[in-house]
Amino acid sequence: MSFSITEPSNRQKWIAGILVIGYAILTLIPLIWIIATGFKTPSDAIAYPPKLLFTPSLEGYVNLFTSRTRLAPEDLAALGDPTTWYDKIVRSYDMVITGPSRYGERFMNSVVIGFGSTFLSVFLGTIAAYAFSRFKVPLKDDLLFFILSTRMMPPIAVAIPIFLMYRELGLSDTRLGMILLYTAVNLSLSVWLLKGFIDEIPVEYEEAALIDGYTRFQAFYKVVLPQAATGIASTAIFCLIFAWNEYAFAALLTSGTAQTAPPFIPTIIGAGGKDWPAVAAGATLFLVPIMVFTILLRKHLLRGITFGAVRK
Amino acid sequence: MAQIVIKNIRKEFGAFTAVQSSSFTIEDGEFFMLLGPSGCGKTTTLRMIAGLELPTSGEIYINGEEVSQKPASQRDIAFVFQMFALYPHMNVRRNISYPLISQGMPRDQVRAKVAEVAQILGITDILDKPVGGLSGGDRQRVALGRAIVRDPACFLMDEPLGALDAEFRERMAGELRALHDRMGATTVYVTHDQLEAMQMGDKIVVMNHGVVEQFGRPQQIYDWPATTFVARFIGSPAMNLLAFDGMVGNGSDTVTLSGTQIAVPEMLSGADGSLTLGVRPEHVHLDDAAEFRGRIVASEYLGTTQIITLDSAHGQIKARTGSQTPVRIGDTTGLRFDRRSITLFAANGHALISTANQKVLNHG
Repeated sequence: MSFSITEPSNRQKWIAGILVIGYAILTLIPLIWIIATGFKTPSDAIAYPPKLLFTPSLEGYVNLFTSRTRLAPEDLAALGDPTTWYDKIVRSYDMVITGPSRYGERFMNSVVIGFGSTFLSVFLGTIAAYAFSRFKVPLKDDLLFFILSTRMMPPIAVAIPIFLMYRELGLSDTRLGMILLYTAVNLSLSVWLLKGFIDEIPVEYEEAALIDGYTRFQAFYKVVLPQAATGIASTAIFCLIFAWNEYAFAALLTSGTAQTAPPFIPTIIGAGGKDWPAVAAGATLFLVPIMVFTILLRKHLLRGITFGAVRK
Repeated sequence: MAQIVIKNIRKEFGAFTAVQSSSFTIEDGEFFMLLGPSGCGKTTTLRMIAGLELPTSGEIYINGEEVSQKPASQRDIAFVFQMFALYPHMNVRRNISYPLISQGMPRDQVRAKVAEVAQILGITDILDKPVGGLSGGDRQRVALGRAIVRDPACFLMDEPLGALDAEFRERMAGELRALHDRMGATTVYVTHDQLEAMQMGDKIVVMNHGVVEQFGRPQQIYDWPATTFVARFIGSPAMNLLAFDGMVGNGSDTVTLSGTQIAVPEMLSGADGSLTLGVRPEHVHLDDAAEFRGRIVASEYLGTTQIITLDSAHGQIKARTGSQTPVRIGDTTGLRFDRRSITLFAANGHALISTANQKVLNHG
């Protein structure tokens, strides 16, 4: 048997492959469970033993997006035959659709607040990191430590002061308030991450651009930004994941107009019995944007791993 | 095309003074070397000429215009970095055309200009490649292309050959010099390699600890060092420096070392106390008739010449002789110094003026 540092043997490849696939399945089980539950009927969802094979149904999604009310059989008969497929599903439970549910609005709130705060964190983080990396900032080290120190306790530890402040400032239950809050929490992470990435970019590139006749801002925009794209993309993913999934502050500070999806989804349970398929459907759809975002930026994440491997 | 005048330029970084009050003039079309050990302020000086650092005080004139406080983009200069600093997210063509794009030059003109430059540098076939995969030499050529494409008033180069391996360096040095002769533009070149400076430069400034020690043509600097630092820094092996106590007056033409009279060029200035006699190894001759004695301790064979190391009453002396000269280690022999080539240094390390060096000494 021969050993080689560069090329693993076939058996090693098999073992590695099985381990990776096994781990992937293990981590995917809850996800698959949620997605599958979203397509079950309420009775299938709570069946014991759990059903692995079932007839898919869109009941969960219909229930997620609509509000319904129960009618007496004679009133139902007076309405005539259901006209659409979703009407049919609802009628089979002696109910009629009275209008759309709040899920759409809550989802949009999540999109606006999540992407808004991510944009703001990355934008402010990039320019702050650039300044810290390139300019002589008085008390630079102390300022950087101060920025980091905001992460030294869980953000929720300051929930009460923030709750009171927001009430006084009129920021409670506003999209702006949530964007500012998530930006404040994410900013220290983004400044530190991006400073690391920008430090890695040799300053000669900008100097070359300055000599080639560009202004400082053009040099930043045309030379530094493309080089920092990897770092900006990974920072954006981290910021978005936090803002998107955040539950505690959202539950505390929002209730009506600016409520995001995470605190809303559990409330579906109480709306009409234990409607697990609707909850699962809500969670499944909630996963989609962040999945798309991560997949779109995946290329940069992979490049991020090799960052710093090239000779400077 | 430009003349560059540096006047009393000074640069401080906090408490550290990188360049102290330097002055020199770079004539139009010169290939000018800034030479010195690392940390001597040569790169800082170059960066001040470029506008990448602003001097604490002093003036810089490019073509008669005072530019010391102007941003780099307004100085009409091109800079070649040691690490080339090619924009990694662009291909070769984009890299070379980038300075032209900033001037707003029309697309077809940019194309023609880039093609012309690529022709000169012999990189036409790699124009559409990304810069990432290029060899060191090709990167160097692309960096040069980006510099010459806009016909700047002058080229500033910060150890442009430092990142290349030895074999390639020789060739690029030749190409650089040929390129300069063809373009005729003023070039300021920073290096710590005295051989590179001697080989390529029309003129050399030698700096140490932020001070200009000497400037002049390579031969002047080699033959007539203005300070003991230059004497030691230039030449391999370095100039022999023999310390002695004595006195020289205006008009004297001999000094006495350990009771031996040694003829020196006629002095035009005087000094006393601890003095130093400097003589290049090739001007030390083994001559049994000479009174000054040394004992041979080693010899190094270098092909056509050999370096003989001798112990004397005034420290070690190296002599360069033909490799045919027979030497026996342990022998004591007489040493004769070429009178015309001797430099005397005062206690402060500055050369004393004599009839030999009076015309060529240029201090910062």
